Amino acid sequence: MIEINAVDTLMTAAAPAKTEFEAVIGLETHCQLSTNTKIFSTSSTTFGATPNTHIDPVCMGMPGTLPVLNEKVLEYAVKTGLALNCQIAPYSKFDRKQYFYPDLPKNYQISQFDLPIAEHGHVNIELTDKKGEPLLDEKGKAVTKRIGVTRLHMEEDAGKLVHAGSDRLAGSTHSLVDYNRAGVALVEIVSEPDLRTGREAAEYAQEIRRIVRYLGVSDGNMQEGSLRCDVNISVRPKGREKFGTKVEIKNMNSFSAIQKAIDYEIERQVAAIERGDGDTIVQETRLWDESTQRTSSMRKKEGSSDYRYFPEPDLGPIEVSAEQKEAWKATLPELPAQKRLRYEAELGLSPYDARVLTDEKAVAEYFEAAIATGATAKLVANWVMGDIAAHLNANTGMVITELPLKPEMLAELIQLIDDGTISGKIAKEILPELLEKGGSAKAIVESKGLTQISDPAAIEAMIDELMEANPDKVEQFRAGKKKLQGFFVGQLMKKSGGRVDPKLSNQILAKKLKG
Amino acid sequence: MIDKEQVHRVAHLARLELQPEEETQFEGQLNSILEYFEQLSELNTEDVAPTTRAIDVSNITRIDQLKSSPNREEILDCAPEREGDFFRVPKIMGEG
Repeated sequence: MIEINAVDTLMTAAAPAKTEFEAVIGLETHCQLSTNTKIFSTSSTTFGATPNTHIDPVCMGMPGTLPVLNEKVLEYAVKTGLALNCQIAPYSKFDRKQYFYPDLPKNYQISQFDLPIAEHGHVNIELTDKKGEPLLDEKGKAVTKRIGVTRLHMEEDAGKLVHAGSDRLAGSTHSLVDYNRAGVALVEIVSEPDLRTGREAAEYAQEIRRIVRYLGVSDGNMQEGSLRCDVNISVRPKGREKFGTKVEIKNMNSFSAIQKAIDYEIERQVAAIERGDGDTIVQETRLWDESTQRTSSMRKKEGSSDYRYFPEPDLGPIEVSAEQKEAWKATLPELPAQKRLRYEAELGLSPYDARVLTDEKAVAEYFEAAIATGATAKLVANWVMGDIAAHLNANTGMVITELPLKPEMLAELIQLIDDGTISGKIAKEILPELLEKGGSAKAIVESKGLTQISDPAAIEAMIDELMEANPDKVEQFRAGKKKLQGFFVGQLMKKSGGRVDPKLSNQILAKKLKG
Repeated sequence: MIDKEQVHRVAHLARLELQPEEETQFEGQLNSILEYFEQLSELNTEDVAPTTRAIDVSNITRIDQLKSSPNREEILDCAPEREGDFFRVPKIMGEG
């Protein structure tokens, strides 16, 4: 042992000290707000319409038109700010951000610059392992990390470009523009550079999605572009204060793409520094390419002063009174992080169960409705996360609120198992019918005669019959072939239609077989 | 005061192509405009909150009610080039 250790030490000492790097990551998340109409005009925001059908003189910047703020946008932005623990600005305004690109009909975007509606917030995210399950501390509690939210502001979305003659900008001969999305309301949420890994960033983005969906202010659909994340990332030797050169990555349309793009970019930047090519990392925007699993350079980043922001002259300032803020605050639902904590502390559920149950608000509400009738939390959790989740998965597009099996019906089923009326096996047997049609578990059990047989005399009688019918097996058992008890259990279940109390049956069977 | 280089830069950001003589002309004109506004700095504004507008109104909002515009065709036809349901724009040289 001593010798091996000595060799180990020698080898470590001989190897050149390898610098450890860490990534500094911040996210800019754009959430499309679920309003009926655009932020400053009355056109529809419905996704997937015929190109340029949701356009109007205001969002197209026709001369002489005036934008007017949609009141829902302000309400949703303030609620989101409150849910992200932000301070809500008592006085806020809109600004013009100027740049020329064909997706922008007015040549400026109405956004907020120096006085955003919300600032100085934070979210607590759970740290997760490779499988996406929460990491636990020594007390078995989920490990969380606080991620700062720098600001949240309101702005309008741009249109969509289709590059003709090529699926890429580079090879196209001309482009076609659809302005249906131009002027759709967004909130942009900017995080502090508190994230360190791709996994943390993906978890942060998921938590933002959970929050906006709980609030009902956005559907958070990444495929349709309702939730878009831009990543700012740099690497530096661990322990150094100063940030490295920051690169922006865009074009990730899933949480796993966010994670993979960041992991790729960390590797690329660290490799460049280790080769002595650190200078090749320049401040630029890079695009994530899902097909090649790489990032590639898109453009050199312009300094923010090039946008020549100035106060939007067509819109008045926004003043949110303390009363209005409190009124909106009072309508906030219990948020996912609060639910997770409560499920663990008050219901005794594991961090994993709490995380799965609270991911979707509708599922959490279903679970809560079931336990409100008195059913045991852990049992309800198992059914919701197991058979019910599997059923919903198998029926794509079905949501838990549409399930014929209502929470109180599930509670009734669980109650029947809990008080010994039916076995777990019978419960699983009648579940498909309940999932399809709903109804009373008790009524089904009674009408089909499925109640559990717990009368020792009745069980004994059945066992006697079985032993009489299989004298050879009884003999073999008594000669030492103890495994045969399993055979009798199986026969007994078959004979009773799975209705005998399994524990009691085993006790009686053991005694009888012994003779 | 702004110099010719700044005029050039602002013109570039505004996607304006200026002839050298125009740059000289605009340098003078822009400077005289800025000088004119410079007069404002003679006033002491230390205790005055920044003003972005002259009319004292806030919280002008509208209800979130759908009203489709009847002007779709007109708007599309305003474009220099139209291709069916789309606005057609020339090849994009770089991101802006």
